[in-house]
Amino acid sequence: MDITTYDSGRRPVWCPGCGNYGILLALRKALAELKLAPEEVVIVTGIGCHGRISDYMKTNAFHTIHGRVLPLATGIKLANPKLTVIAHSGDGDAYAIGMGHLPHAARRNIDITLIVHNNMVFGLTTGQVTPTTPIGVKTKSTPFGNFEKPINPLLLALASGATFVARGFSAEIDHLKEIIKEGISHRGFAFIDVLQPCVTFFNTYTVLRERVYKLEESGHDPSNLEEAFRLAMQNDKRIPIGVFYKREEPTLEDTFKHAMNPPPAERLPVKVDLSKALTRFR
Amino acid sequence: MGKDWPLSILVAGPAGAGVFAASLIIGRVLFRHGVNVFITNEYPSLIRGGNQWALIRSSPDEYIFSHRRLADIVLALDNYSARAYISKLSERGIILCDEKDCGQNYNEHIRAFPFRKVLEEYKAPQVALNTLASGVIFGILGASKDTVSEVISEQFKHRKEYAELNLKLINKGYELGVALSVGQFPQLSKKVEEKRRLLIDGNSSVALGALAGGMSFFAAYPMTPASPILHFLAEIQRDYGIVVFQPESELAAINMAIGAAYAGARAMVATSGGGFSLMVEALGQAAMTETPIVIVEVQRPGPSTGLPTHTAQGDLRFVIHASQGEFPRVVLAPGDPGEAFTLSFKAMEIAWRYQVPVILLSDKFLAESYWSIDEFPSLTPSPGSVIRGEYQGDYARYRITEDGVSPMALPGTKNALVYANSSEHDEYGGGTIDPQMVRSMNEKRFRKYESLKSIAEKEGVKTYGKGDKIIVTWGSTKMPILEALKSLKDIRVVQVLWLEPFPEEALRKELAGSQFVVIENNMTGQLVSVIREKLLVKPHGFLGKYDGRPFDPEEIESYIASLGWV
Repeated sequence: MDITTYDSGRRPVWCPGCGNYGILLALRKALAELKLAPEEVVIVTGIGCHGRISDYMKTNAFHTIHGRVLPLATGIKLANPKLTVIAHSGDGDAYAIGMGHLPHAARRNIDITLIVHNNMVFGLTTGQVTPTTPIGVKTKSTPFGNFEKPINPLLLALASGATFVARGFSAEIDHLKEIIKEGISHRGFAFIDVLQPCVTFFNTYTVLRERVYKLEESGHDPSNLEEAFRLAMQNDKRIPIGVFYKREEPTLEDTFKHAMNPPPAERLPVKVDLSKALTRFR
Repeated sequence: MGKDWPLSILVAGPAGAGVFAASLIIGRVLFRHGVNVFITNEYPSLIRGGNQWALIRSSPDEYIFSHRRLADIVLALDNYSARAYISKLSERGIILCDEKDCGQNYNEHIRAFPFRKVLEEYKAPQVALNTLASGVIFGILGASKDTVSEVISEQFKHRKEYAELNLKLINKGYELGVALSVGQFPQLSKKVEEKRRLLIDGNSSVALGALAGGMSFFAAYPMTPASPILHFLAEIQRDYGIVVFQPESELAAINMAIGAAYAGARAMVATSGGGFSLMVEALGQAAMTETPIVIVEVQRPGPSTGLPTHTAQGDLRFVIHASQGEFPRVVLAPGDPGEAFTLSFKAMEIAWRYQVPVILLSDKFLAESYWSIDEFPSLTPSPGSVIRGEYQGDYARYRITEDGVSPMALPGTKNALVYANSSEHDEYGGGTIDPQMVRSMNEKRFRKYESLKSIAEKEGVKTYGKGDKIIVTWGSTKMPILEALKSLKDIRVVQVLWLEPFPEEALRKELAGSQFVVIENNMTGQLVSVIREKLLVKPHGFLGKYDGRPFDPEEIESYIASLGWV
């Protein structure tokens, strides 16, 4: 299996230089190295430039509505835990309209991987502010500068009880590939925020290149939650990328063991004996 | 003051006093004597205090379709109820209450008992007043003691110590009832009928119909009056090996269900109008991605949060139009528990046969009232044409076909990659803006409409009685109309069960050459407007109700009288 296995043949319509190309490549590489057959994988995408990734992946896919990637992916995984479910979301999709779902996916530890394409701006709607846009940045909807403090996605994920929290950088493709591989292999909710420049509306390449450093090179122990919180709050000129935190815990699917033999998706419609349920009405 | 059936018993008291529990115990005891039973309730949106009531109406000789205004026996669990429900008593009626509660305003209808003293004697909590007083009713009606104790031990099967105490109290109440020697009420025959039927509510019937239809995934966010579907399914999920889940919102619930259905699970969600409002965006997604989904919408009066615990039929136009864009959908409206069961089953079957969203439109009156009905039919879901395992050939999820239904493979199928896309797409699911493809996809989806329409014409209309004067209705309003029909001659009732697609030809045939009126539980006449739109005819009259209550048969009778139809 190589990366062409996952190429749908459709030509990407992202702007030249878009950070999404790096994520696409890292994802294909990760799947190839994990030797996952395309039919075992479901890519779920939201609305925004990131959402186009499902067009370019030769796997199963569900391109859903704005902000609803996580509940949709949760439904797929609960119905058929055999599938490898990888959700993609943008920073607008995940942290604005879809924010309500993120802490819940994290705390219920559904075994899916969420990759957030975080370019700190709404790209497809031509450059408005998102919840991760830095304060003061002028966008089409904030011509006098962004007046809201940006949220910290990693802190949010950690505080919600996520069992895998990581950050990648789309220009560090092989590093990102390793994170994605680890996230997919992790049993439970894997949260990966990917810093991803929008070359057209908010080009952060230079700044990010200067500031990012790799956690594994600095000797971070990803089982240390307190340290993970401290690193997630690191707000100076250095931005850590890599796996911040990782822990094994029962997953949501485990709660529904009674329904998994066979799982709901593999159930054939057959005659159901309702007599037990009907006793209370007799 | 005859001893005739039907008999109406009303239980009233503050929330938390066990009004509904008592009504179910009384209803079940009557039911197990082979008597037809109907139970309905009314309650405010609060947990303790306030006032609520439940009414049990019964007769061994005829089906009971609904309540009537007056009660023959009122069981008042507090002082307020003892005073407030005097006006609800029939001519032969009596009101049973604690001596302290009904001390004032004494009249010949009042029967006072030392209920609270008895509770003290038995060291029983105040809440047990409901069973003690129910015992009086059983004594008055001469109920079989075996049946009573059977029902009580089932009611408290998880709390054996309560069962014992409550049984003692009921027996004490029974003695008090026998000693009362009132002669104006019918007596229950001692023999329990062999034929086992069901005493069941609309919500449970919907849950069971879906289960019969192969449902293996259910998600819902709590909302009155749909929540009991969630509670019931949650309780039996282990017996049936299904996933029942309460997520963070209605948005999450329906999107999870759509995800589950895409993966291959027959999925359902249930909510009321407010929750459905939140689900509307995903309704369009289900349509665009052609993912089968069943949505139960249990109506309550709106807009906004409206009257959370009351009933209405005000969401018809909303559900048949909900969501932007155009797409085929199915809207089915059951009127009784039997129809709730069969249409819920049907909803699941249609959703999976045609890959369309199906909305089951219920209402609080249907959802939370109990009717004794014949056994549910034994239904087997069709095997379906979902592709599993391996696919031969070039798979396209949205293949353009003659009947508009594309091959549905499940993710995991070898040689078939399944791409569901909520944006307009080509046959393989890839995003497209090509005008020819956009037109073809729209036409493909709407080709399903023709088949759905023909089912609607065949199964969408039901009639009761004979006559040239017609009452047209939908949903549970059918029940008080059928109750009223018992005293009305030469009137036909036409019930519309399929609201979308609309069975216009079937209804046109039914109405041909007759005068018809429409009765429904809303203000603006939503079914009237659909009939005018589809059939280009205007009813002779319209009776709406919009105070949050179901129709009383009396209101229907006087309306029919005002038309000069009787």
